[in-house]
Formats: sequence, structure tokens, C-alpha cells
Amino acid sequence: MNAIKVLAPGGYTTIQDKGRFGFQHMGIPVSGVLDRFAFALANLLVGNHENTAVMELTVMGPSIEIRKEMDIALTGAKMGITVNENPVDQWRSIRVKKGDIVTIGQVQSGCRAYLSFSGGISVPEVMGSFSTYVGGKIGGFKGRPLQKDDIIETRDTPLLSTGWAVPQKLIPAYPSHAVIRAIPGPQDDYFDTGLKTLFQSEYMVTAKADRMGYRLQGDPIPIKAGMPKSIVSEPSMPGSIQIPPDEQPIILLVEQTVGGYAKIATIISSDLPVISQTTPGDTIRFEKIDLNTAHGLIIEEQNKINTIKEIFSNH
Amino acid sequence: MKMGGEEKPAIRLAGDTGLIIEFGQGIDPGVNAKVRAMAGAVKTNTLRGVTEIIPTYCSLLLIYDPLITRPGKLVSAIERIENTLERTGTEPCKVVEIPVCYGGEFGPDIENVEKSANFCREDVIRFHSEPEYLIYMIGFTPGFPFLGGLNKKLFTPRLKTPRMSVPEGSVGIANNQTGMYPIASPGGWQIIGRTPLKLFAPQRKNPFLYKAGDKIKFIPISRKEYTRLKIKEEN
Repeated sequence: MNAIKVLAPGGYTTIQDKGRFGFQHMGIPVSGVLDRFAFALANLLVGNHENTAVMELTVMGPSIEIRKEMDIALTGAKMGITVNENPVDQWRSIRVKKGDIVTIGQVQSGCRAYLSFSGGISVPEVMGSFSTYVGGKIGGFKGRPLQKDDIIETRDTPLLSTGWAVPQKLIPAYPSHAVIRAIPGPQDDYFDTGLKTLFQSEYMVTAKADRMGYRLQGDPIPIKAGMPKSIVSEPSMPGSIQIPPDEQPIILLVEQTVGGYAKIATIISSDLPVISQTTPGDTIRFEKIDLNTAHGLIIEEQNKINTIKEIFSNH
Repeated sequence: MKMGGEEKPAIRLAGDTGLIIEFGQGIDPGVNAKVRAMAGAVKTNTLRGVTEIIPTYCSLLLIYDPLITRPGKLVSAIERIENTLERTGTEPCKVVEIPVCYGGEFGPDIENVEKSANFCREDVIRFHSEPEYLIYMIGFTPGFPFLGGLNKKLFTPRLKTPRMSVPEGSVGIANNQTGMYPIASPGGWQIIGRTPLKLFAPQRKNPFLYKAGDKIKFIPISRKEYTRLKIKEEN
């Protein structure tokens, strides 16, 4: 049944789940949430499975009218949330009822927040996912960011018997100076001094930063003498750091499947949330890390999510 | 990061969830056939923990879940499969004709190609629309075909800074590659023309007009013909 009416859409609000898998060979990018951790917790807080469709909010939150009783939660970037103009906390479940107005403000730290609804947002499934791929105009709500007066449905589900909150120590900070860990390659052999530069300099996030990629600005990263300036196009991963001929790095994210420039390094999965919580003007320092350590961090992140699941199920 | 020697395919790390298996360099129909055969074999063998199998010109990208499998395990499985790989015959393919209006507002970079190749516009159009191009891979955006067989005379480097938005239907050149943009997207290719056809239509029964392994033939058309076909496509 209709559950939410969009009164104001905010900066850039899309419906996302974990992503669209299995179609990258036809050029359909994975899409999905950029901050997996905040996304999983938003769902757990309202009693959903961790991979349920939510709203991803960017920089400025929406204002919505609630049309049925639900549990909602807001995680990720600190934006501030009010119910009928009364401030409530993020990272905890919030009971709302028919007629309530939920308003989410301007970002104070971080970039993207996740707004979950008990039962989950109900939109048509496209190629196995609810995620919006705006470039391809598919998925989510009509393949586009939300607009004023959109009516969104959610699935009916029993409400929580008790409210939950994420323990303070598990809530990430979103610093405006971020350290991002990356594994050299796949084309690290195209670079010599450039690798040193990448891991020693500071880079600034430019205004050209969205779900496709982040363009950075800083010390130029030259390709080794004698190497071609571009490569035969090959698939990219979310987190690929590619170096175009202007020698300024571009981080490729989730709405992209192929890159034609040499990729000097790849950001580890666990730090994709960190990069996607930076905004233009923030600074980044890259830190080199090996594959085993990176895998250890993925396990650690999963354990964190499991811990929270356990805390909530013990209520 | 590159492992492996000359005879075996090289394995490159693509972050903590990707492995690239590289069968050679550049654009080569033989190498590409091997890539596609390997992609098929990996699919048939269903490797546990592999979530995506993406064949490209000369390499195969496997995306895996490190909570389920280990890269070392995957590498040995890949080597085992590679050893049993049989030479596959050429699959049947169709030739798909794509009408293109070259130059003008639809092909803002055609002059770059003329200058770089030192040919007049007519020659550039003739050289570009002559061959039947093999679709080596599809990627970048839904249905974006990467085509091999571009005439050497037309090789032109990418734009120094990629455009933030290239219009839907644009036909371009990047070094030794040519291709089309099925949806508006950022890109660094030299744009020489535009097709009125809808190359990606999710509402159509088959959203795509072609698949990897098919061939593309460009047919030069006038501005008037472009408009006529465009109106026809939209109805």
C-alpha cells in the first residue's frame, strides 16, 4: 500500500539495494548503495533483511509524508532528522504513524545517508535488483532520482516490539580528511614514480564526484616513459583508480563497468564507504595495503554486522 | 600486480574482489576467441564464490566473494580449466547494420580525426563505414559495443579530458577502437557521428540489437534520413 509521499526530494535521493549482479558483461553496472555498512545497519534497525531496498540520500535529505504506521531509521552521513519538527536521533529505530512529516536536513558530516522503512521499499524488480541505475534509466522508482509528489510503496510487515539503537562505538566517523587504503594494480606496471606520488601526496575531491566516479585533484601521476597513455578498454571495479592523460586520478564507482585508462591501484571494498562519504573539498591520502590484510578487513566488517544482528535479536 | 609467465595467462589483481586473467595484449581475434572460450568454460565449471564473469578484448575479469573463496584457490582452478580448454570454432554471427549521420553537430570531433589521419571527410567516412566490425565485448554502458577492425588510417587518440556527457547514439573512435554510445554518458572518445537507432531499449523484448561475437556494419546516411529514422524509432 502507498506508504510515503515525497514532499521535497532533497539533493539526490535514489532507491538502492546491494546492487544488480550478473549483467556486467552486457554493460549493466552493479549500481546499489555506496556505503554498504550504513545500508546494512539501516535495514537491521527496522527489522529488515540487511539487503532490502532503502533510500540513498546525498548531501541534502528529503522531506516525506508518512501514510501508514512504520519503523524507520537513518544511518550514514550526519544530516539531522525531525518528525513533525521534533529532532530525533540517527542510527536508531523510529516509530512513525500516518500523517507524520519526516524531514532530513543538510549534511553536517559525511555525504550519503540511508533511510530504511520496515518491510522495505516496494518497486518493480529489474534484472534481479531494486537499485536505481540513473544513467541507464532503469530500476528503483522509474529509473530516476525521487521527485516531489512521488508516491512510494512499502511492504507490510509486523512492527518492532522494541526500538533498537546502534552502539556509539560502532557508529563510523566521517572525517573531511580521509585515509583510503588501496591495492596496487591491475596496471601498476604502467607507473614508476607515479606509485610513490599516489601513496605520498594528498588529493582533493573535486566537484565532479557522483555515483559513477570521483575526480580528484593533486600532484600529477605520470605514466612511465615508453608506456601507452591508455589501455585497451577492460572492465573496471568499484574503487578502480584510473589515470587519464591529464594525470589526475579518477576513482571509478558503481555506475560504470569499463575504463580505458591504466588503473594504478584499486581501493579496498572496506574503504568504499569511506570514499563515498567524502564531499567536494575534502582531502584524501592513499595508503598501500596487501590483499590478505584487505580480506581480513572484509571479514572484520562482516563480524561487526553480525555482532549488531546478535545484539538486536537478543532483545 | 602481475603473476605468471609467458605461456600461461597472466593474472592481475583488481582490488580485493577481482582477478583479471590476461590472455594477450591488444586487439586480436584469436586472443578474443580464447577469452570467450574461457568465459564459457568458467561458467560451465561454476566456481564457488565467483559472482561475475566478464569477458573483454584480451582478458577475463572474475569478481569473487572473499568470504566464500580464496584467490589462490581460484587461480589453480583457472589454470586447471585453461589446460583443458579446447580450441573452439567460430560461433555463427549476424551482421547488424547501423545507420550513421557523420560530422556536423553529431560528430564534433570528426575534424580531429581528419587532421590526425590527414584525410578529407569523405575518406574518413568511407574508411569508417567500409568494414564489418567484430564485437569483441560489450561494456562501459548497457550495450556499448567495443569493435575491432578499425582501419589503421583512422587511429586517433582519446580526448585529453573526457567529456562529462556524450549524447545517446554517438559513434566514436579511441586509438585503434571504434564504438557507439547507447545511452548518454561521460566519455573520452572522439565523436564522429550519431545513429538514430535505439541501441538500448529496456522496454523492448530484447533490449539490445546485438551480442558479443556479432558484426556491425555502419551505413552513412544524410541528416534528412537521420531525422526520418529518428522519428520512426520514437514511434
